[in-house]
Amino acid sequence: MRIPCPYCGPRDSSEFAYLGDAAPRRPADGDAAAMATYVYLRDNPAGPMEELWYHAYGCRAWLVVRRDTRDHAVTGARLAAGREASA
Amino acid sequence: MRYSLLSLVSHALGGNRDWKPAWRDAAPQPRYDVIVIGGGGHGLATAYYLARDYGIANVAVLERGWIGGGNVGRNTTIVRSNYLLPGNIPLYELSMQLWEGLERDINYNAMVSQRGVLNLYHSDGQRDAYARRGNAMRLHGIDAELLDREGVRRLYPFLNFDQARFPIQGGLLQRRGGTVRHDAVAWGYARAASDRGVDIVQNCAVTGFLREGDRITGVETTRGTIRAKKVAMAVAGHSSEVAAMAGLRLPIESHVLQAFVSEGLKPIIPGVITFGAGHFYISQSDKGGLVFGGDIDGYNSYAQRGNLPVVEDVCEGGMALMPAIGRARLLRSWGGIMDMSMDGSPIIDRTPLDGLYLNAGWCYGGFKATPGSGAVFAHLLAREEPHPAATALTLDRFAQGRVIDEKGQGAQPNLH
Ligand SMILES: Cc1cc2nc3c(=O)[nH]c(=O)nc-3n(C[C@H](O)[C@H](O)[C@H](O)COP(=O)(O)OP(=O)(O)OC[C@H]3O[C@@H](n4cnc5c(N)ncnc54)[C@H](O)[C@@H]3O)c2cc1C
Ligand SMILES: [Zn+2]
Repeated sequence: MRIPCPYCGPRDSSEFAYLGDAAPRRPADGDAAAMATYVYLRDNPAGPMEELWYHAYGCRAWLVVRRDTRDHAVTGARLAAGREASA
Repeated sequence: MRYSLLSLVSHALGGNRDWKPAWRDAAPQPRYDVIVIGGGGHGLATAYYLARDYGIANVAVLERGWIGGGNVGRNTTIVRSNYLLPGNIPLYELSMQLWEGLERDINYNAMVSQRGVLNLYHSDGQRDAYARRGNAMRLHGIDAELLDREGVRRLYPFLNFDQARFPIQGGLLQRRGGTVRHDAVAWGYARAASDRGVDIVQNCAVTGFLREGDRITGVETTRGTIRAKKVAMAVAGHSSEVAAMAGLRLPIESHVLQAFVSEGLKPIIPGVITFGAGHFYISQSDKGGLVFGGDIDGYNSYAQRGNLPVVEDVCEGGMALMPAIGRARLLRSWGGIMDMSMDGSPIIDRTPLDGLYLNAGWCYGGFKATPGSGAVFAHLLAREEPHPAATALTLDRFAQGRVIDEKGQGAQPNLH
Protein backbone atom coordinates (compact mmCIF):
# COMPACT_ATOMS: atom_id res chain seq x y z
CA MET A 1 0.00 0.00 0.00
CA ARG A 2 1.45 3.39 -1.01
CA ILE A 3 0.16 6.74 0.11
CA PRO A 4 0.66 9.76 -2.16
CA CYS A 5 1.85 12.38 0.34
CA PRO A 6 1.37 15.90 -1.08
CA TYR A 7 4.84 16.85 0.22
CA CYS A 8 6.84 13.64 -0.20
CA GLY A 9 5.22 11.85 -3.12
CA PRO A 10 4.14 8.18 -3.07
CA ARG A 11 5.55 6.55 0.09
CA ASP A 12 5.15 3.09 1.63
CA SER A 13 2.34 2.88 4.18
CA SER A 14 4.78 1.61 6.82
CA GLU A 15 6.11 5.20 7.06
CA PHE A 16 2.71 6.32 8.35
CA ALA A 17 0.74 5.93 11.57
CA TYR A 18 -2.99 5.29 11.30
CA LEU A 19 -5.61 7.10 13.32
CA GLY A 20 -8.86 6.05 11.63
CA ASP A 21 -12.03 7.51 10.15
CA ALA A 22 -11.64 11.22 9.31
CA ALA A 23 -15.37 11.90 9.48
CA PRO A 24 -16.06 12.26 13.24
CA ARG A 25 -15.86 15.88 14.42
CA ARG A 26 -15.26 16.81 18.04
CA PRO A 27 -18.48 18.24 19.52
CA ALA A 28 -18.67 21.23 21.82
CA ASP A 29 -17.77 20.48 25.44
CA GLY A 30 -20.60 19.71 27.82
CA ASP A 31 -22.69 17.36 25.67
CA ALA A 32 -21.77 13.97 27.15
CA ALA A 33 -23.86 11.92 24.73
CA ALA A 34 -22.40 13.66 21.68
CA MET A 35 -18.90 13.22 23.10
CA ALA A 36 -19.43 9.47 23.64
CA THR A 37 -20.69 9.16 20.08
CA TYR A 38 -17.65 11.03 18.78
CA VAL A 39 -15.15 8.99 20.80
CA TYR A 40 -16.63 5.52 20.38
CA LEU A 41 -19.08 5.06 17.49
CA ARG A 42 -17.92 4.53 13.92
CA ASP A 43 -19.56 3.95 10.53
CA ASN A 44 -16.85 1.38 9.71
CA PRO A 45 -17.83 1.25 6.02
CA ALA A 46 -16.97 -1.54 3.59
CA GLY A 47 -15.96 0.64 0.66
CA PRO A 48 -14.35 4.04 0.08
CA MET A 49 -13.43 5.87 3.26
CA GLU A 50 -11.57 9.05 4.22
CA GLU A 51 -9.11 8.44 7.04
CA LEU A 52 -6.38 10.23 8.97
CA TRP A 53 -2.79 9.04 8.48
CA TYR A 54 0.29 10.71 9.99
CA HIS A 55 3.51 10.73 7.97
CA ALA A 56 5.66 9.89 11.01
CA TYR A 57 8.79 8.82 9.10
CA GLY A 58 8.49 11.60 6.54
CA CYS A 59 7.27 15.17 6.64
CA ARG A 60 5.22 14.67 9.84
CA ALA A 61 2.10 16.06 8.29
CA TRP A 62 -1.37 14.70 9.03
CA LEU A 63 -3.13 13.60 5.84
CA VAL A 64 -6.68 12.79 4.86
CA VAL A 65 -6.33 9.68 2.71
CA ARG A 66 -9.09 8.25 0.56
CA ARG A 67 -8.87 4.45 0.54
CA ASP A 68 -11.21 1.55 -0.23
CA THR A 69 -11.45 -0.83 2.73
CA ARG A 70 -12.48 -3.71 0.45
CA ASP A 71 -9.26 -3.83 -1.60
CA HIS A 72 -6.92 -1.24 0.05
CA ALA A 73 -6.76 0.85 -3.16
CA VAL A 74 -5.62 4.38 -2.26
CA THR A 75 -7.20 6.99 -4.51
CA GLY A 76 -5.93 10.25 -3.06
CA ALA A 77 -4.42 12.16 -0.16
CA ARG A 78 -4.53 15.79 0.94
CA LEU A 79 -3.29 17.73 3.93
CA ALA A 80 -5.51 17.50 6.96
CA ALA A 81 -4.56 21.02 8.05
CA GLY A 82 -7.23 23.45 6.92
CA ARG A 83 -9.68 20.69 6.01
CA GLU A 84 -12.46 22.41 7.97
CA ALA A 85 -12.18 25.35 5.59
CA SER A 86 -12.28 23.21 2.44
CA ALA A 87 -14.99 20.82 3.70
CA MET B 1 -25.14 -41.16 14.83
CA ARG B 2 -22.77 -41.43 17.81
CA TYR B 3 -19.08 -41.71 17.01
CA SER B 4 -17.21 -44.37 18.96
CA LEU B 5 -14.34 -46.76 18.59
CA LEU B 6 -16.86 -49.34 17.41
CA SER B 7 -18.28 -47.04 14.73
CA LEU B 8 -14.76 -46.19 13.54
CA VAL B 9 -13.77 -49.85 13.25
CA SER B 10 -16.96 -50.97 11.56
CA HIS B 11 -16.80 -48.14 9.01
CA ALA B 12 -13.14 -48.87 8.37
CA LEU B 13 -13.99 -52.51 7.70
CA GLY B 14 -16.66 -51.34 5.27
CA GLY B 15 -14.05 -49.29 3.40
CA ASN B 16 -15.31 -46.02 4.89
CA ARG B 17 -17.96 -45.83 2.15
CA ASP B 18 -21.07 -45.38 4.23
CA TRP B 19 -20.36 -42.42 6.52
CA LYS B 20 -23.35 -40.07 6.68
CA PRO B 21 -22.92 -36.28 6.53
CA ALA B 22 -22.21 -35.01 10.04
CA TRP B 23 -24.98 -32.38 9.99
CA ARG B 24 -28.06 -31.40 7.99
CA ASP B 25 -27.64 -28.67 5.34
CA ALA B 26 -31.14 -27.27 5.89
CA ALA B 27 -33.40 -25.12 3.70
CA PRO B 28 -34.81 -22.09 5.53
CA GLN B 29 -38.29 -22.35 7.09
CA PRO B 30 -40.60 -19.30 7.12
CA ARG B 31 -40.32 -18.75 10.89
CA TYR B 32 -38.27 -19.68 13.94
CA ASP B 33 -38.11 -18.89 17.63
CA VAL B 34 -34.54 -17.66 17.26
CA ILE B 35 -32.46 -16.74 14.23
CA VAL B 36 -28.70 -16.62 14.72
CA ILE B 37 -26.95 -14.60 12.00
CA GLY B 38 -23.48 -15.96 11.29
CA GLY B 39 -22.35 -19.59 11.12
CA GLY B 40 -18.96 -19.06 12.72
CA GLY B 41 -17.91 -20.64 15.98
CA HIS B 42 -19.91 -18.23 18.12
CA GLY B 43 -23.15 -18.53 16.14
CA LEU B 44 -23.03 -22.33 16.03
CA ALA B 45 -22.14 -22.59 19.72
CA THR B 46 -24.99 -20.22 20.60
CA ALA B 47 -27.48 -22.39 18.71
CA TYR B 48 -26.15 -25.53 20.37
CA TYR B 49 -26.41 -24.16 23.92
CA LEU B 50 -29.87 -22.73 23.20
CA ALA B 51 -30.99 -26.26 22.37
CA ARG B 52 -29.00 -28.07 25.05
CA ASP B 53 -29.49 -25.77 28.04
CA TYR B 54 -32.78 -24.02 27.39
CA GLY B 55 -34.75 -26.45 25.21
CA ILE B 56 -35.01 -23.85 22.44
CA ALA B 57 -34.35 -25.88 19.30
CA ASN B 58 -36.60 -24.11 16.79
CA VAL B 59 -33.51 -22.18 15.77
CA ALA B 60 -31.83 -21.33 12.47
CA VAL B 61 -28.20 -20.39 11.97
CA LEU B 62 -27.98 -18.29 8.80
CA GLU B 63 -24.54 -18.25 7.17
CA ARG B 64 -23.89 -16.23 4.06
CA GLY B 65 -21.02 -18.47 2.89
CA TRP B 66 -20.24 -21.89 4.29
CA ILE B 67 -19.79 -22.67 7.97
CA GLY B 68 -16.19 -22.46 9.02
CA GLY B 69 -15.28 -20.05 6.19
CA GLY B 70 -14.90 -17.07 8.52
CA ASN B 71 -12.53 -16.44 11.39
CA VAL B 72 -13.37 -19.72 13.11
CA GLY B 73 -11.41 -21.45 10.34
CA ARG B 74 -8.74 -18.73 9.99
CA ASN B 75 -7.35 -18.28 13.48
CA THR B 76 -4.12 -19.57 14.99
CA THR B 77 -6.08 -21.92 17.31
CA ILE B 78 -4.72 -20.64 20.63
CA VAL B 79 -6.95 -20.95 23.70
CA ARG B 80 -6.17 -19.55 27.16
CA SER B 81 -7.82 -17.70 30.04
CA ASN B 82 -4.95 -15.48 31.19
CA TYR B 83 -6.79 -12.16 31.34
CA LEU B 84 -6.29 -9.38 33.87
CA LEU B 85 -9.55 -7.49 34.31
CA PRO B 86 -12.57 -8.68 36.33
CA GLY B 87 -14.97 -7.94 33.44
CA ASN B 88 -13.17 -10.43 31.19
CA ILE B 89 -11.76 -13.14 33.44
CA PRO B 90 -14.99 -15.03 34.29
CA LEU B 91 -16.03 -15.39 30.64
CA TYR B 92 -12.69 -16.69 29.41
CA GLU B 93 -12.41 -19.09 32.33
CA LEU B 94 -15.95 -20.37 31.75
CA SER B 95 -14.87 -20.92 28.18
CA MET B 96 -11.73 -22.78 29.23
CA GLN B 97 -13.78 -25.10 31.43
CA LEU B 98 -16.19 -25.77 28.56
CA TRP B 99 -13.24 -26.58 26.26
CA GLU B 100 -12.07 -29.11 28.85
CA GLY B 101 -15.33 -31.06 28.58
CA LEU B 102 -16.30 -30.19 25.02
CA GLU B 103 -15.35 -33.34 23.16
CA ARG B 104 -17.26 -35.63 25.48
CA ASP B 105 -20.20 -33.25 25.46
CA ILE B 106 -20.56 -33.01 21.69
CA ASN B 107 -19.07 -36.44 20.87
CA TYR B 108 -16.62 -34.91 18.42
CA ASN B 109 -12.84 -34.83 18.31
CA ALA B 110 -11.87 -31.15 18.36
CA MET B 111 -8.25 -32.00 19.23
CA VAL B 112 -8.37 -29.92 22.42
CA SER B 113 -4.75 -29.95 23.50
CA GLN B 114 -3.79 -28.33 26.83
CA ARG B 115 -0.15 -28.02 25.91
CA GLY B 116 0.45 -24.81 27.88
CA VAL B 117 0.67 -21.15 26.85
CA LEU B 118 3.86 -19.32 27.84
CA ASN B 119 4.08 -15.50 27.64
CA LEU B 120 7.72 -14.44 27.78
CA TYR B 121 8.96 -11.30 29.57
CA HIS B 122 12.09 -9.41 28.70
CA SER B 123 12.37 -6.65 31.30
CA ASP B 124 11.78 -6.04 34.99
CA GLY B 125 8.72 -3.94 34.23
CA GLN B 126 7.21 -6.64 32.09
CA ARG B 127 7.91 -9.24 34.78
CA ASP B 128 6.02 -7.13 37.30
CA ALA B 129 3.10 -6.75 34.90
CA TYR B 130 2.97 -10.51 34.36
CA ALA B 131 3.22 -11.18 38.09
CA ARG B 132 0.22 -8.93 38.55
CA ARG B 133 -1.69 -10.70 35.80
CA GLY B 134 -0.80 -14.10 37.23
CA ASN B 135 -2.00 -12.99 40.66
CA ALA B 136 -5.28 -11.72 39.19
CA MET B 137 -5.77 -15.09 37.54
CA ARG B 138 -5.02 -17.04 40.72
CA LEU B 139 -7.41 -14.87 42.72
CA HIS B 140 -10.07 -16.08 40.26
CA GLY B 141 -9.01 -19.70 40.76
CA ILE B 142 -7.17 -19.95 37.43
CA ASP B 143 -3.79 -21.65 37.10
CA ALA B 144 -0.78 -19.38 36.51
CA GLU B 145 2.93 -19.87 37.14
CA LEU B 146 5.63 -17.23 36.92
CA LEU B 147 8.80 -18.85 35.55
CA ASP B 148 12.28 -17.43 35.80
CA ARG B 149 14.82 -17.71 33.03
CA GLU B 150 15.93 -21.20 34.05
CA GLY B 151 12.32 -22.33 34.26
CA VAL B 152 11.78 -21.23 30.68
CA ARG B 153 15.06 -22.79 29.61
CA ARG B 154 13.96 -26.17 30.94
CA LEU B 155 10.85 -26.03 28.74
CA TYR B 156 12.33 -24.43 25.63
CA PRO B 157 16.14 -24.64 25.55
CA PHE B 158 16.28 -23.55 21.90
CA LEU B 159 14.98 -19.99 22.43
CA ASN B 160 17.30 -17.02 22.00
CA PHE B 161 17.91 -16.28 25.69
CA ASP B 162 20.80 -13.88 25.26
CA GLN B 163 19.41 -11.76 22.48
CA ALA B 164 21.22 -8.46 23.01
CA ARG B 165 18.18 -6.20 22.91
CA PHE B 166 15.48 -8.47 24.36
CA PRO B 167 17.07 -11.14 26.58
CA ILE B 168 14.50 -13.60 27.91
CA GLN B 169 14.09 -13.11 31.64
CA GLY B 170 11.23 -15.56 32.22
CA GLY B 171 7.59 -16.11 31.43
CA LEU B 172 4.03 -16.46 32.67
CA LEU B 173 2.79 -19.99 32.06
CA GLN B 174 -0.80 -21.16 31.92
CA ARG B 175 -0.56 -24.93 31.66
CA ARG B 176 -4.27 -25.37 30.99
CA GLY B 177 -4.02 -23.18 27.88
CA GLY B 178 -3.20 -24.68 24.52
CA THR B 179 -4.66 -25.21 21.07
CA VAL B 180 -7.88 -26.56 19.56
CA ARG B 181 -8.45 -27.69 15.96
CA HIS B 182 -10.45 -24.70 14.72
CA ASP B 183 -12.45 -26.24 11.84
CA ALA B 184 -13.44 -29.14 14.05
CA VAL B 185 -15.01 -26.66 16.45
CA ALA B 186 -17.29 -25.38 13.68
CA TRP B 187 -18.15 -28.88 12.45
CA GLY B 188 -18.55 -30.33 15.94
CA TYR B 189 -20.94 -27.62 17.11
CA ALA B 190 -22.81 -27.78 13.80
CA ARG B 191 -23.30 -31.51 14.18
CA ALA B 192 -24.31 -31.28 17.83
CA ALA B 193 -26.76 -28.44 17.15
CA SER B 194 -28.18 -30.10 14.05
CA ASP B 195 -28.76 -33.33 16.04
CA ARG B 196 -30.89 -31.33 18.46
CA GLY B 197 -33.03 -29.91 15.66
CA VAL B 198 -31.26 -26.64 14.77
CA ASP B 199 -31.40 -25.69 11.07
CA ILE B 200 -28.02 -24.73 9.65
CA VAL B 201 -28.65 -22.74 6.49
CA GLN B 202 -25.67 -21.94 4.27
CA ASN B 203 -25.39 -19.52 1.34
CA CYS B 204 -27.99 -17.40 3.08
CA ALA B 205 -26.85 -13.79 3.57
CA VAL B 206 -28.93 -11.50 5.73
CA THR B 207 -29.64 -8.36 3.68
CA GLY B 208 -32.03 -6.48 5.95
CA PHE B 209 -34.28 -6.61 9.01
CA LEU B 210 -38.06 -6.83 9.37
CA ARG B 211 -39.15 -4.12 11.73
CA GLU B 212 -42.39 -3.24 13.48
CA GLY B 213 -41.74 0.05 15.26
CA ASP B 214 -38.77 -0.52 17.53
CA ARG B 215 -39.09 -4.30 17.36
CA ILE B 216 -37.14 -6.60 15.03
CA THR B 217 -39.39 -9.42 13.83
CA GLY B 218 -37.22 -11.23 11.32
CA VAL B 219 -34.74 -10.85 8.50
CA GLU B 220 -34.59 -10.46 4.74
CA THR B 221 -32.11 -12.87 3.20
CA THR B 222 -30.85 -13.97 -0.18
CA ARG B 223 -33.06 -17.05 0.38
CA GLY B 224 -36.22 -15.13 1.24
CA THR B 225 -37.91 -13.54 4.24
CA ILE B 226 -37.61 -15.37 7.56
CA ARG B 227 -39.51 -14.36 10.69
CA ALA B 228 -38.39 -14.92 14.25
CA LYS B 229 -39.23 -13.92 17.80
CA LYS B 230 -35.59 -13.09 18.41
CA VAL B 231 -32.68 -12.32 16.10
CA ALA B 232 -29.12 -12.76 17.35
CA MET B 233 -26.09 -11.29 15.56
CA ALA B 234 -22.80 -13.21 15.67
CA VAL B 235 -21.10 -12.04 12.49
CA ALA B 236 -17.64 -11.12 13.86
CA GLY B 237 -15.85 -8.80 11.39
CA HIS B 238 -19.12 -7.84 9.71
CA SER B 239 -20.92 -6.63 12.83
CA SER B 240 -20.98 -2.97 11.76
CA GLU B 241 -22.36 -3.88 8.33
CA VAL B 242 -25.21 -5.99 9.71
CA ALA B 243 -25.96 -3.55 12.55
CA ALA B 244 -26.20 -0.74 9.98
CA MET B 245 -29.06 -2.66 8.33
CA ALA B 246 -30.94 -2.05 11.58
CA GLY B 247 -29.79 1.58 11.74
CA LEU B 248 -27.30 0.99 14.58
CA ARG B 249 -23.72 2.27 14.81
CA LEU B 250 -21.27 0.22 16.89
CA PRO B 251 -18.06 0.97 18.81
CA ILE B 252 -16.21 -1.26 16.36
CA GLU B 253 -13.74 -1.05 13.48
CA SER B 254 -13.06 -3.98 11.13
CA HIS B 255 -9.37 -4.85 10.78
CA VAL B 256 -7.38 -7.57 9.05
CA LEU B 257 -5.16 -10.04 10.92
CA GLN B 258 -2.84 -12.40 9.10
CA ALA B 259 -1.74 -15.92 10.04
CA PHE B 260 1.17 -18.01 8.76
CA VAL B 261 2.07 -21.69 8.47
CA SER B 262 5.47 -23.18 7.67
CA GLU B 263 6.18 -26.40 5.84
CA GLY B 264 5.67 -29.53 7.96
CA LEU B 265 8.51 -30.21 10.38
CA LYS B 266 9.31 -32.86 12.97
CA PRO B 267 8.04 -31.97 16.47
CA ILE B 268 10.02 -29.04 17.86
CA ILE B 269 7.62 -26.76 19.79
CA PRO B 270 5.57 -28.67 22.36
CA GLY B 271 3.44 -25.74 23.56
CA VAL B 272 2.41 -22.20 22.67
CA ILE B 273 5.02 -19.44 23.06
CA THR B 274 4.52 -15.70 22.80
CA PHE B 275 7.36 -13.20 22.38
CA GLY B 276 6.95 -10.29 24.78
CA ALA B 277 9.22 -7.74 23.14
CA GLY B 278 7.22 -7.61 19.94
CA HIS B 279 3.97 -9.26 19.01
CA PHE B 280 4.63 -12.82 17.92
CA TYR B 281 3.04 -16.14 18.93
CA ILE B 282 3.77 -19.62 17.72
CA SER B 283 2.75 -23.24 18.12
CA GLN B 284 3.13 -26.38 16.05
CA SER B 285 0.17 -28.19 14.58
CA ASP B 286 -0.13 -31.95 14.81
CA LYS B 287 0.62 -32.07 11.07
CA GLY B 288 3.98 -30.45 11.84
CA GLY B 289 3.48 -26.94 10.45
CA LEU B 290 4.61 -24.04 12.62
CA VAL B 291 1.50 -21.87 13.06
CA PHE B 292 2.27 -18.27 13.91
CA GLY B 293 1.11 -14.68 13.78
CA GLY B 294 1.62 -11.22 15.17
CA ASP B 295 0.02 -7.79 14.99
CA ILE B 296 -2.99 -6.77 12.98
CA ASP B 297 -2.16 -4.74 9.88
CA GLY B 298 -3.53 -1.69 11.66
CA TYR B 299 -5.96 -0.02 9.25
CA ASN B 300 -9.67 -0.63 8.59
CA SER B 301 -10.10 -3.49 6.16
CA TYR B 302 -12.68 -5.88 4.74
CA ALA B 303 -10.20 -7.38 2.27
CA GLN B 304 -9.45 -10.69 4.05
CA ARG B 305 -5.83 -10.29 3.02
CA GLY B 306 -3.05 -8.20 4.50
CA ASN B 307 0.10 -6.50 3.27
CA LEU B 308 3.81 -7.26 3.26
CA PRO B 309 5.08 -4.95 6.06
CA VAL B 310 3.28 -7.14 8.60
CA VAL B 311 4.69 -10.31 7.04
CA GLU B 312 8.17 -8.85 7.53
CA ASP B 313 7.40 -7.70 11.07
CA VAL B 314 6.03 -11.10 12.10
CA CYS B 315 9.00 -12.95 10.63
CA GLU B 316 11.39 -10.58 12.43
CA GLY B 317 9.62 -11.41 15.69
CA GLY B 318 10.08 -15.10 14.97
CA MET B 319 13.77 -14.67 14.20
CA ALA B 320 14.32 -12.68 17.39
CA LEU B 321 12.63 -15.35 19.49
CA MET B 322 13.99 -18.53 17.91
CA PRO B 323 16.55 -18.03 15.15
CA ALA B 324 16.18 -21.69 14.10
CA ILE B 325 12.88 -20.70 12.50
CA GLY B 326 14.90 -19.06 9.72
CA ARG B 327 15.62 -22.52 8.33
CA ALA B 328 11.95 -23.25 7.75
CA ARG B 329 10.05 -22.12 4.66
CA LEU B 330 6.77 -20.29 4.87
CA LEU B 331 4.10 -22.43 3.23
CA ARG B 332 1.03 -20.23 3.27
CA SER B 333 -0.54 -17.18 4.85
CA TRP B 334 -3.99 -15.68 4.90
CA GLY B 335 -6.06 -12.97 6.53
CA GLY B 336 -9.33 -12.68 8.42
CA ILE B 337 -11.54 -9.69 9.19
CA MET B 338 -12.06 -9.02 12.86
CA ASP B 339 -14.36 -6.79 14.82
CA MET B 340 -11.89 -4.65 16.82
CA SER B 341 -13.83 -2.96 19.59
CA MET B 342 -13.00 0.42 21.11
CA ASP B 343 -11.70 -1.08 24.36
CA GLY B 344 -10.45 -4.41 23.04
CA SER B 345 -13.16 -6.40 24.85
CA PRO B 346 -16.30 -8.07 23.48
CA ILE B 347 -19.94 -6.98 23.63
CA ILE B 348 -22.70 -9.46 24.51
CA ASP B 349 -25.91 -7.57 25.07
CA ARG B 350 -29.37 -6.59 23.97
CA THR B 351 -29.56 -3.70 21.49
CA PRO B 352 -31.77 -0.60 21.58
CA LEU B 353 -34.17 -2.56 19.32
CA ASP B 354 -36.43 -5.17 20.94
CA GLY B 355 -35.81 -8.65 19.63
CA LEU B 356 -32.28 -7.88 18.36
CA TYR B 357 -29.26 -9.16 20.28
CA LEU B 358 -25.57 -8.50 19.75
CA ASN B 359 -22.48 -10.67 20.13
CA ALA B 360 -19.48 -8.78 18.72
CA GLY B 361 -16.15 -7.06 19.32
CA TRP B 362 -14.05 -10.20 19.73
CA CYS B 363 -10.97 -8.64 18.21
CA TYR B 364 -8.23 -11.17 17.50
CA GLY B 365 -8.95 -13.27 20.58
CA GLY B 366 -12.43 -14.64 20.09
CA PHE B 367 -11.63 -18.21 19.17
CA LYS B 368 -10.72 -19.14 22.73
CA ALA B 369 -14.04 -17.66 23.82
CA THR B 370 -16.19 -19.72 21.44
CA PRO B 371 -17.82 -22.11 23.94
CA GLY B 372 -18.22 -19.47 26.65
CA SER B 373 -19.56 -16.91 24.21
CA GLY B 374 -22.14 -19.38 22.92
CA ALA B 375 -23.17 -20.38 26.43
CA VAL B 376 -23.62 -16.83 27.76
CA PHE B 377 -25.28 -15.55 24.58
CA ALA B 378 -27.76 -18.43 24.71
CA HIS B 379 -28.44 -17.49 28.34
CA LEU B 380 -29.12 -13.87 27.37
CA LEU B 381 -31.45 -14.94 24.55
CA ALA B 382 -33.36 -17.45 26.66
CA ARG B 383 -33.50 -15.62 30.00
CA GLU B 384 -33.44 -11.98 28.90
CA GLU B 385 -30.72 -11.21 31.42
CA PRO B 386 -26.94 -11.42 31.21
CA HIS B 387 -25.19 -14.60 32.29
CA PRO B 388 -23.27 -14.04 35.57
CA ALA B 389 -19.98 -14.47 33.66
CA ALA B 390 -20.81 -11.68 31.20
CA THR B 391 -22.44 -8.89 33.19
CA ALA B 392 -19.79 -6.28 32.30
CA LEU B 393 -19.82 -6.83 28.52
CA THR B 394 -22.59 -4.35 27.82
CA LEU B 395 -23.05 -2.09 24.82
CA ASP B 396 -23.58 1.03 26.93
CA ARG B 397 -20.34 0.61 28.90
CA PHE B 398 -18.60 2.97 26.47
CA ALA B 399 -20.97 5.88 27.00
CA GLN B 400 -20.90 5.17 30.75
CA GLY B 401 -17.12 5.14 30.97
CA ARG B 402 -17.03 1.51 32.18
CA VAL B 403 -14.71 0.31 29.44
CA ILE B 404 -12.76 -2.94 29.88
CA ASP B 405 -9.40 -1.96 28.45
CA GLU B 406 -6.90 -4.79 29.09
CA LYS B 407 -4.12 -2.95 27.32
CA GLY B 408 -4.92 0.55 28.58
CA GLN B 409 -4.80 2.00 25.07
CA GLY B 410 -7.99 4.05 24.97
CA ALA B 411 -10.48 4.24 22.12
CA GLN B 412 -8.01 3.29 19.38
CA PRO B 413 -8.90 -0.17 18.02
CA ASN B 414 -5.67 -0.77 16.11
CA LEU B 415 -3.70 -0.56 19.37
CA HIS B 416 -5.65 -3.21 21.29
C1 LIG C 1 -5.65 -14.71 11.47
C2 LIG C 1 -6.44 -14.80 12.74
C3 LIG C 1 -5.87 -15.43 13.85
C4 LIG C 1 -6.59 -15.52 15.04
N1 LIG C 1 -6.03 -16.22 16.09
C5 LIG C 1 -6.74 -16.41 17.24
C6 LIG C 1 -6.21 -17.20 18.28
O1 LIG C 1 -5.10 -17.77 18.19
N2 LIG C 1 -6.94 -17.35 19.42
C7 LIG C 1 -8.15 -16.75 19.56
O2 LIG C 1 -8.76 -16.90 20.60
N3 LIG C 1 -8.71 -16.02 18.55
C8 LIG C 1 -8.04 -15.84 17.39
N4 LIG C 1 -8.59 -15.10 16.36
C9 LIG C 1 -9.90 -14.48 16.54
C10 LIG C 1 -11.07 -15.43 16.31
O3 LIG C 1 -10.83 -16.21 15.17
C11 LIG C 1 -12.38 -14.64 16.16
O4 LIG C 1 -12.51 -13.70 17.21
C12 LIG C 1 -13.61 -15.55 16.21
O5 LIG C 1 -13.44 -16.67 15.37
C13 LIG C 1 -14.85 -14.76 15.80
O6 LIG C 1 -16.05 -15.47 16.00
P1 LIG C 1 -16.71 -16.48 14.92
O7 LIG C 1 -15.97 -17.76 14.94
O8 LIG C 1 -18.14 -16.57 15.21
O9 LIG C 1 -16.44 -15.67 13.57
P2 LIG C 1 -16.59 -16.11 12.04
O10 LIG C 1 -16.13 -17.51 11.84
O11 LIG C 1 -15.97 -15.03 11.23
O12 LIG C 1 -18.17 -16.11 11.87
C14 LIG C 1 -18.95 -15.01 11.45
C15 LIG C 1 -19.77 -15.49 10.29
O13 LIG C 1 -20.78 -14.53 9.97
C16 LIG C 1 -21.01 -14.61 8.59
N5 LIG C 1 -21.70 -13.43 8.12
C17 LIG C 1 -21.22 -12.16 8.00
N6 LIG C 1 -22.16 -11.34 7.50
C18 LIG C 1 -23.28 -12.09 7.31
C19 LIG C 1 -24.59 -11.81 6.80
N7 LIG C 1 -24.94 -10.57 6.40
N8 LIG C 1 -25.49 -12.83 6.75
C20 LIG C 1 -25.15 -14.09 7.15
N9 LIG C 1 -23.93 -14.40 7.62
C21 LIG C 1 -22.99 -13.42 7.71
C22 LIG C 1 -19.62 -14.77 7.99
O14 LIG C 1 -19.67 -15.31 6.69
C23 LIG C 1 -18.94 -15.68 9.01
O15 LIG C 1 -18.96 -17.05 8.64
C24 LIG C 1 -7.89 -14.97 15.14
C25 LIG C 1 -8.46 -14.34 14.03
C26 LIG C 1 -7.76 -14.26 12.83
C27 LIG C 1 -8.38 -13.61 11.64
ZN1 LIG D 1 5.03 13.39 3.75
